[in-house]
Amino acid sequence: MKAVHFLVLLLPFAVAASEDSLDRAPINPQDVVSLQRGARVFVNYCLSCHSAEAMRYNRLEDLGLTEQQIKDNLMFATDKVGDTMTAAMRRRDARSWFGVAPPDLSVIARARGADWLYSYLRTFYRDNSRETGWNNLTFPNVGMPNVLYELQGEQVLKPHAGADGETGAPTLILDTPGKLSARDYDKLTTDLVNYLVFMSEPARETRIRIGYAVLILLGALFVPVYLLKKEYWKDVH
Amino acid sequence: MSKAQVLLRWIDERFPLTALWKSQLSEYYAPKNFNFWYYFGSLALVVLVIQIVSGIFLTMNYKPDAEHAFQSVEYIMRDVEGGWLIRYIHSTGASMFFIVVYLHMFRGLIYGSYRKPRELLWLFGVLIYLCMMAEAFFGYLLPWGQMSYWGAQVIVNLFGAIPFVGEDLAVWIRGDYVVSDATLNRFFAFHVIAIPLVLLALVVVHLIALHEVGSNNPDGIEIKKKIDPVSGHPLDGIPFHPYYTIKDMVGVVVFLAVFSFIVFFTPEMGGYFLEYNNFFTANPLQTPPHIAPVWYFTPYYAMLRAVPAFLHTQFWGVLVMGAAVLIFFFLPWLDRSPVKSIRYKGPYFKIALALFVVSFLVLGWLGTQPTDFLGNVGKTEVAVILARVFTLVYFLFFLLMPWYSRIDKTKPEPQRVTG
Repeated sequence: MKAVHFLVLLLPFAVAASEDSLDRAPINPQDVVSLQRGARVFVNYCLSCHSAEAMRYNRLEDLGLTEQQIKDNLMFATDKVGDTMTAAMRRRDARSWFGVAPPDLSVIARARGADWLYSYLRTFYRDNSRETGWNNLTFPNVGMPNVLYELQGEQVLKPHAGADGETGAPTLILDTPGKLSARDYDKLTTDLVNYLVFMSEPARETRIRIGYAVLILLGALFVPVYLLKKEYWKDVH
Repeated sequence: MSKAQVLLRWIDERFPLTALWKSQLSEYYAPKNFNFWYYFGSLALVVLVIQIVSGIFLTMNYKPDAEHAFQSVEYIMRDVEGGWLIRYIHSTGASMFFIVVYLHMFRGLIYGSYRKPRELLWLFGVLIYLCMMAEAFFGYLLPWGQMSYWGAQVIVNLFGAIPFVGEDLAVWIRGDYVVSDATLNRFFAFHVIAIPLVLLALVVVHLIALHEVGSNNPDGIEIKKKIDPVSGHPLDGIPFHPYYTIKDMVGVVVFLAVFSFIVFFTPEMGGYFLEYNNFFTANPLQTPPHIAPVWYFTPYYAMLRAVPAFLHTQFWGVLVMGAAVLIFFFLPWLDRSPVKSIRYKGPYFKIALALFVVSFLVLGWLGTQPTDFLGNVGKTEVAVILARVFTLVYFLFFLLMPWYSRIDKTKPEPQRVTG
């Protein structure tokens, strides 16, 4: 038994979904308005089931929001702005409803990448063989239903049949339109993914800003140090 | 006498401060012809200090508890003032330590720095390398991500493959039947106390040995053989301080620029310094589809996977992997060439070394990939065949060295260093 376990560990196999099949997420971390919209989508739709235990509400001040704005528009589960984002749903309930507890989303963008999340949010389709009635092309047999279907509408799987009967990559078609047009839905998911990326590393912008200063400083330091070396080494032949 | 001189004399009568300063720095004579490759010794020391200091600050906020470890790292990244910087410095430092030490070891290979009278210096160096591997391995569990967890699981299971005692040994290492909170606690203890103590002691011993025999140089000749009759110092030697302290400062500034670029602009380094899968919390019930160690272990990991099971055990792979590291210990006695430096060695050594470097790099690359990523030939995976070939090349570099280094056509060494 142990030997089998050992073998399994030593024979990793490739991840099913390859990187190239993902759509590029057109996010812009500098677009504060997009980030604010994304935060709103996140607290309205994601936070009921998913938590973001590492994220404090008042960190949203980094997105140009005031404490009052955060309290008024984005906080439903708590009234303490220093609290972290906990899910409304209890983990035990989640496990019995979906078979698996929804993962914490604090650093999900660092684990999955923006492109994966963007693709995932846009490739839900109706699948009656699943208990939730939903399936996903990017994450096959995922436990999560499409919570955004009212906005996106309902997609169905259309197996791509070529002239020679060969089935290629499956495609999704919009069966029932939602409240948003396809373009507006893409925009909404872009905002959401943009926010998820921000949330996964709130210090990112600070990091890059300080980075330029540090490199300039080291560049400036290089000159005297190099000249000093030249001066000392003049007499070494 | 000035007050400073009075104080210095007061100290010198009680502690050999001036004597140490002279013997180790201002009157330690180093060859004057050090080139680019000679920066990496002092840089390794710089990274060691960076790791110790950043590690101390991380320890102040990190919680070695399976329930809290992952979140405590995110707490450091968000709520601790400057915590993200400290964490990135430490994670980047780990990889940079290996880059610097690999280049430092390569320097030893090309200029024959392991040859007489520097055999012990080399052995202490290999021990430092072993310690670094242990340090990196123990440290990698601490963020308690999926790769931390399953990486540790795989490595500890390697000990389980040792015949007879393996299973018990693995349980003894983990303190449990699987990697768990008990494992995390003891790995934390090893990472922050046990291994750093040994590492520091070995670094001191490495430096004592170096200053006893003196540095080698790109020509591989002993500068102590040509002494200035007047001063009594080597003709081709210059005092380490100020010449090399200042030259190394230039190296340190450039190195810190590279280091900072990674820390501030690409701390994950494309998933090689911080693996993406390690941002998933450790889950003992869910084996990730593809487990890869951090890049600095991948050459050995590729070897491990390359060796087929034989007599119902994977032990042979473990044996090969261990041998690949331990074989460095024998290097001083495998090289039979009359010259030390690659500058005067013949084509056999140059070809062998080039093949060795290529095999190390290819194995490193293969180790980061799933074994089926290049497809199959018949029933065997191409990547596995490649790994087998390059594992063989890796070992042949060492095992054939007594032969090819002796018959190689060498050039005569110069009397004095050539700059």
